[in-house]
Amino acid sequence: MTALLETKGLTIRFGGLTAVDDFNFVITPGELCGLIGPNGAGKTTVFNMLTGVYLPTAGTVHFDGARINGKSPAQVAALGVSRTFQNIRLFDELSVLENAMTGAHRHAKINLFDSLLRTPRHYREEQRQRDKAYRLLEFMGLEDRAGLTARQLPYGHRRKLEIARALATEPKLICLDEPAAGMNTLEKGELSILIRRIRDELGVTVLLIEHDMKLVMGICERIQVLDYGKTIAMGTPREIQNNPKVIEAYLGGE
Amino acid sequence: MLRTGAVLVAGIIGAVVLNAVLAEFIDDYVVRVINLCGVAIVLAVSLNVINGLCGQFSLGHAGFMAIGAYVCSLFTTTQRYYDAASAQYVSEPSLAARMAEMFGADLAAAGSEQLQSIAAWGFLPGLIAGGVVSALAGLVVGIPALRLRGDYLAIATLGFGEIVRVVITNIPQIGGATGLPGLPPLANTSWIFAVCVVCIVFSVNLQRSTFGRALIAIRENELAAEIMGVRIARMKVMAFIYGAFFAGVAGGLLAHLLQTISPATFNFMKSIEVVVMLVLGGLGSLTGAVVGAIVLTVLPEALRDVEREVNLPGIRMVVYALVLILLMIFRPQGIFGQRELSLKLLRRVIPGGRK
Ligand SMILES: Nc1ncnc2c1ncn2[C@@H]1O[C@H](COP(=O)(O)OP(=O)(O)O)[C@@H](O)[C@H]1O
Ligand SMILES: [Mg+2]
Repeated sequence: MTALLETKGLTIRFGGLTAVDDFNFVITPGELCGLIGPNGAGKTTVFNMLTGVYLPTAGTVHFDGARINGKSPAQVAALGVSRTFQNIRLFDELSVLENAMTGAHRHAKINLFDSLLRTPRHYREEQRQRDKAYRLLEFMGLEDRAGLTARQLPYGHRRKLEIARALATEPKLICLDEPAAGMNTLEKGELSILIRRIRDELGVTVLLIEHDMKLVMGICERIQVLDYGKTIAMGTPREIQNNPKVIEAYLGGE
Repeated sequence: MLRTGAVLVAGIIGAVVLNAVLAEFIDDYVVRVINLCGVAIVLAVSLNVINGLCGQFSLGHAGFMAIGAYVCSLFTTTQRYYDAASAQYVSEPSLAARMAEMFGADLAAAGSEQLQSIAAWGFLPGLIAGGVVSALAGLVVGIPALRLRGDYLAIATLGFGEIVRVVITNIPQIGGATGLPGLPPLANTSWIFAVCVVCIVFSVNLQRSTFGRALIAIRENELAAEIMGVRIARMKVMAFIYGAFFAGVAGGLLAHLLQTISPATFNFMKSIEVVVMLVLGGLGSLTGAVVGAIVLTVLPEALRDVEREVNLPGIRMVVYALVLILLMIFRPQGIFGQRELSLKLLRRVIPGGRK
């Protein structure tokens, strides 16, 4: 099967620090892959390069056949990559529903005058966004909270809302950056089921950064391990768990 | 669309009626304050789209107003100026007069009443043209503003306003530094109220649309908005164009309310004043902008009476400043914060009200 996303020699330096060094990675449509590594290994930096936030110092990123390194975040989003953030970035003053609707904004085919004059096209668009957002809130189990402002949500729900919002952009690939951080065991269990359903029911390919080993090992089919910006291992969860380099990186790192 | 149309039509009919009623029953001075409030509301509500919704701190509103005011005056007012080359005073008829001439009116023979009605016909096209030219300026300011943030954007937009002022000062044909006297008093309560209604209705519609949410998303978290596929540049420029349009129209109204304009009318204090209205009402709240505009227009006038009463000239500005300082200490988010004044909110606030 052809790759959905493929990076070759992806490298980024911040001054003297090489945060990610020669990162090669492939994910095919429908996969659920993990990206793990100790704190500061460069995982989030990889996401930032995939989504156009950081410009790589060297290397390429191809998505769906097109080269995307050098494209802006909005252009990358338009091609079908979405993500969540390790440090949650919701639109705090918008409601939960409106946050999710913002994800659907990019598909809007109306112009400003439709909205100023309230043409039928405006109402259709609002309805479309509301339906889409509401369905995804339901999917994430947040429909009861639709009317709250985002800042009123408890932590675990905030992470779920970020996922709903990202899904509303109708991505082909969703990159989740530590979605379980700050969740309790129960919530983590629910989340792992949800992540699998995102792939199985919504057909979205998932790339997951996560520190919770039980969660990662439980749902990922393939895992790549970063340490100090370098890939030190890749393989199935079982292979990773028994890889001495990985064990050392985690024991040495923490 | 029906509702928006109905509100607009009702508003405009209301505007005409209101004017008649006010002129009949209310003292001229009060009418004047009401008119000033109306202009302030248009200014504050339009700036709220740039500063409040989109979170781009602009201090350029005076510049947009000036453009609107001067463009509008070209339509309604005969421009008289001293031409240095021929060493004599030259008189340029207004665009409205020229149009009338093209349609066969004989201006030389026309009585003053007829001239006035010709000028009046130039008002609406003048307001619209003022808004459009100002919106173009908004586009020109909005694009470089994309590269700037926070304080830098504030300074750049302030600079824009000053540039507009300096440019006008150096065009003798439109009065230069001395300005333009003798604008016809066309901006009555009807016009002002009608523009207010249009501006508020459009701004509410904007705020409650996918574009409004995109603007707020940019304000709340620009990176996340961009990752969600919001086209940041386009939305920011749109906010500037929208805000500048109504600032231009408000400038045209103010010019024909004051009847005299000069570059000094549109100095940076004017921009600051509008920003203070927004901050007072609560940045990002449309109803806050309306309330802020009214309070900051009425307060100095009310204090004028107090000043006369206690016989302490100048105390007015001290009290005014004190009110603002106290507000910033005790309610830095403004009267409404980012909330809107609604019946629901009222019910919650009024004791004994339903929850
Ligand atoms: N914008 C930046 N400027 C400088 N250093 C950065 C920047 N972004 C990330 N880094 C550095 O890159 C390294 C990897 O960070 P990050 O990708 O956040 O790690 P992880 O997500 O794996 O915990 C860290 O040492 C971090 O300090
Ligand atoms: Mg990280």
